[in-house]
Amino acid sequence: MAQITTIGRKTYYDDIIEKGYSRRDFMKFCAMMAAYLGLESSGVAQVAQALQTQHRVPVIWLHFQECTCCSESFIRSSHPIVADILLDKLSLDYTETLMAASGHQAEVAKAKTMKDYYGEYILCVEGTVPTDNNGVYCCIGGRTAEDILKEAAAGAKALIAWGSCACNGCVQAAYPNPTSATPIHKIITDKPIIRVPGCPPIGEVMAGVLVHIITFGTLPELDGAKRPKAFYSKRVHDTCQRRAFYDAGLFVETFDDENAKKGYCLYKVGCKGPMTYNACSVTRWNNGVSYPIQSGHGCIGCSEDNYWDAGPLYRRMQTFPGFGIESNADEIGIGAAVLTAGGLAAHAIATNIRKNKLIEDLITEGKESEKELKK
Amino acid sequence: MNDLAMHFKHLRRVFVWELPVRVYHWINALAIVVLCVTGFIIGNPPGIMFGGEAHESYWFGTVRFLHFASAYIFLFNFLFRLYWGFVGNKYANWKNFIPTNRRFFKEMWEVLKIDILQIKSGEHLSVGHNALAGFIYFLTFIAFAVQCITGFGLYAAMSHSLIARMFVWVSPFLGGDFALRRWHHAAMWFFILFAMVHVYLVFYHDYVEGRGEISSMGGGWKFIEEEVFEEQNSKTSA
Repeated sequence: MAQITTIGRKTYYDDIIEKGYSRRDFMKFCAMMAAYLGLESSGVAQVAQALQTQHRVPVIWLHFQECTCCSESFIRSSHPIVADILLDKLSLDYTETLMAASGHQAEVAKAKTMKDYYGEYILCVEGTVPTDNNGVYCCIGGRTAEDILKEAAAGAKALIAWGSCACNGCVQAAYPNPTSATPIHKIITDKPIIRVPGCPPIGEVMAGVLVHIITFGTLPELDGAKRPKAFYSKRVHDTCQRRAFYDAGLFVETFDDENAKKGYCLYKVGCKGPMTYNACSVTRWNNGVSYPIQSGHGCIGCSEDNYWDAGPLYRRMQTFPGFGIESNADEIGIGAAVLTAGGLAAHAIATNIRKNKLIEDLITEGKESEKELKK
Repeated sequence: MNDLAMHFKHLRRVFVWELPVRVYHWINALAIVVLCVTGFIIGNPPGIMFGGEAHESYWFGTVRFLHFASAYIFLFNFLFRLYWGFVGNKYANWKNFIPTNRRFFKEMWEVLKIDILQIKSGEHLSVGHNALAGFIYFLTFIAFAVQCITGFGLYAAMSHSLIARMFVWVSPFLGGDFALRRWHHAAMWFFILFAMVHVYLVFYHDYVEGRGEISSMGGGWKFIEEEVFEEQNSKTSA
């Protein structure tokens, strides 16, 4: 297998070997990634080939209004090579949370990457960008998030919006959204954007997206909401281990009832799995140990737009905008039905008074006919 | 006896609702009832304390199947009615539903005054839909479309069928399944309120006018007085 190594720009494989991993470890990593990406078995070779021949793709990773849980999730993805290689020394030219450099040095490193790899680097963004009051709510190095993002996006090959903050605003954009927190795709509209929602997204999913870009040199196939199809085309519900209870109509009513002990479906205690597109029930979390539904807690739908404002987490209802907190469609509907029934009753009474003549005429006419028929 | 005979009206039979319109109406009514009932159950299933295993039961799956099957029937029935709006008789024509001229608006106002607010006495005479009813049906057609789009948008994730696949754009377009489910659920209430008012008004017209309003959706006939027949004909020819 041809191995091209350019001085100064190493391949991923070089870094991996240098780091002390064996080729066997490397191949295991390739096999795992190919599986996550949903490739056929020959895809393993494709991944291995790419990592041995491709120069590392420079990555700039920006943090705005967020909690860093996306980064935390990423460095905990199940294979150590993800953390060690994709992140630690090889790709991330700039990430506030994890890089060694700080202050002026860090900014210089970023500027250098942006200049040297103009049009080549991948810009990863974690967090929302506040736009209210000229963006003063999030400033780094004396500049606003919006300014930094626009500058970095100008030379990026593509953007990756990590996590729900960058994808849909998450909690910062929840009502009343005091800082006008704005997701990335509403600010940068002229670059390809991959949205990887979740709070946080699964580490393996994040690694998978990056490995795909490295392996194929293209963006992964995206769905209508710009999410990678490999990870977001199925609902959590579709591969849920409690799905059989759902179809059987066996539901947990409260978290401490007999049904909860039996592991029934959590639909009625607010599980949002049936509306949530994510890989949790396939990939699971913490090296595939578990995921919320397996652990007895419903899905809160963290990878869906607007999930904070969509209603209570532990009840199967959705609030309705403009009708006060916790009013749902059924309450409003029943109110409207009662009003309608009242209106109809009033109308029926009014009809018998106002249209008395018409009705009387019909009755008289009908009765006369009846009498005549008897004769 | 003579003066009473003078009072009697001679009724003339008019064929208003063709068979396809009547069949459409009752399929639609049945589908809506099934969809509302199953939809309610899907939205808030009853709690069952049951000692058995999941494989012994499939009732929730069956309820969902009924909902989806009725939805397909509802969709195609609706599409058929749209088609019939172009090829059916003049009472089924799309022009009964969409206000295209001033007369339509004038009639709507008349119906509102006579039948709804009852600030004007007498009766409003129309053979097919009156203008206000027609316009309300136009709104229900919009609600049908909303319900089909949001419903099949939700269903798209569960099916690989061609028709379901045609709705994959809906979920991203409207901001995900959360929003879809909310609007799908809310729109159901329009159907329930509509059904209440619709059934009431059918009884109202039958009661006040005595022209066979209720039975017209069975046999297709309505009956109008001879003089009304003449009057309407002279109006249109004038």
